[in-house]
Amino acid sequence: MTTLLSVKNISVTLGNRKILDNVSLDMHAGDLKVLIGPSGAGKSTLLQCINHLITPDEGEIHLEGKKINTQSNAELCHLRQNVGMIFQDFNLFDHLTALDNICLALVKVRKLSKDEAQKRARKELDRVGLSNRAGLYPAQLSGGQKQRVAIARALAMQPKILLLDEPTSALDPELVGEVMNVIQDLAKGGMPMIMATHQMDFVRSLATEVLFMEHGTIIEQDTPKVLLADGAKTRTLDFCSKLNNLKGCEL
Amino acid sequence: METLKTIYVNLPYILEGTYVTVLLVVGALALGFCLGVPLAIAQVYGSPIIRRAVGLYVWFFRGVPILLLLFLFYFGLFNVIGLNLDALTASGLVLGLASSAYQSQIFRGSIQSLPLGQFKAGCALGMTDRQIIKNIILPQALRLSIPGWSNEFSILLKDSALCFAVGASEIMARAHFVASRTYEYLPLYITAGFLYFLITLAGIRILRRVERKFAIPGYTLSV
Ligand SMILES: Nc1ncnc2c1ncn2[C@@H]1O[C@H](COP(=O)(O)OP(=O)(O)OP(=O)(O)O)[C@@H](O)[C@H]1O
Ligand SMILES: [Mg+2]
Repeated sequence: MTTLLSVKNISVTLGNRKILDNVSLDMHAGDLKVLIGPSGAGKSTLLQCINHLITPDEGEIHLEGKKINTQSNAELCHLRQNVGMIFQDFNLFDHLTALDNICLALVKVRKLSKDEAQKRARKELDRVGLSNRAGLYPAQLSGGQKQRVAIARALAMQPKILLLDEPTSALDPELVGEVMNVIQDLAKGGMPMIMATHQMDFVRSLATEVLFMEHGTIIEQDTPKVLLADGAKTRTLDFCSKLNNLKGCEL
Repeated sequence: METLKTIYVNLPYILEGTYVTVLLVVGALALGFCLGVPLAIAQVYGSPIIRRAVGLYVWFFRGVPILLLLFLFYFGLFNVIGLNLDALTASGLVLGLASSAYQSQIFRGSIQSLPLGQFKAGCALGMTDRQIIKNIILPQALRLSIPGWSNEFSILLKDSALCFAVGASEIMARAHFVASRTYEYLPLYITAGFLYFLITLAGIRILRRVERKFAIPGYTLSV
């Protein structure tokens, strides 16, 4: 099996605190890895290190077996084109319509013509069920719709891997479903993903591996079946049952 | 009666000054804009040395009175470097340089008020810094800058009256010239004031229209 992406011994220090401590992981075709862990564990930091939105102090990123030279802007650009990113708070470009949000990078980075870009953008909007919202601006969309546009924007670049940072945690509960459906379809379609999420149903049914993070390191790493088995003495199960109890209180 | 006649007779001469004033202000604002935008970008995204240099530039032009700047450049610096400019061009240049310092801070404020996620999202799509600034940051920051910019316009308009001191033949200079010849001081100064008033009104209306035209749908509650 070829390795799509490997993260090798990444460390990040901010101030005098180690935010990430020697983290490594490998992504293969069809992998769906889920990051779970308490707030402040370093999940967002890890995801942003993978496409170098945050520059790690140590460690390497390899894309399809080739080490990324992080001094070279062209190589960084290449890495980011192949690794799509979905943010917790969407980060749509506020001054552009849904369609133009998707087209911008297609024209500027992928160098498509305007027509080709629009054609591809419409196809992606259709895939996330928003073909009738192409002309609306972010401020005119609901949270769930914004996140679906953001997903379409990332997919339009035809990335080989998708990074998702708690894509549904900024959404009202009734909007979570529409976004999770899109992500589920992607997962079933075989898109390799690394996703920070606390959507346990999704984790149990689709994740190929669960990485439990705490204090900047991965402390448990196995299939959801093993880590979340009834009665398993794992930190993951402990954390997730607390999560469930919390949800129970809220309801 | 006599007063009205004086105003009436000299009105074309003073109105010509209106044209000069508008030319001066539009020129200075344009120069200030062309320099202010790159200065703001340099101050936000530049290396520490560049940021420091921009800081010094801004500090200098905001720290010295406009009248002193006019004398300093027109009677001093331009002569020293052998630049032979007429009063109007020199005034426009000085006002423009000073305005660029103020405008750069308007733009810097807008750029820094944008969420960091906007830049990150561009980065994550593989765009270069230059592409992100041009296509994502500036279009949003410039929109946010319009209210502050219209403030700068109205201040600069009134500062332009100072150019009378180096002999630019704008509204103030002409009104004062006619007044001291005819001794009708009060009516002529009122006339001049009225003209400044009208230009302010027109300018602010135009900017308001620009703001509305470029408003992002759904983004603000009312414009
Ligand atoms: N710019 C920064 N400067 C200093 N510390 C930071 C900075 N950004 C993040 N941190 C710290 O890094 C740690 C990891 O943050 P990170 O956002 O990666 O956590 P997370 O696992 O994504 O948490 P959450 O579930 O709340 O999103 C936190 O303790 C945070 O306080
Ligand atoms: Mg996070």
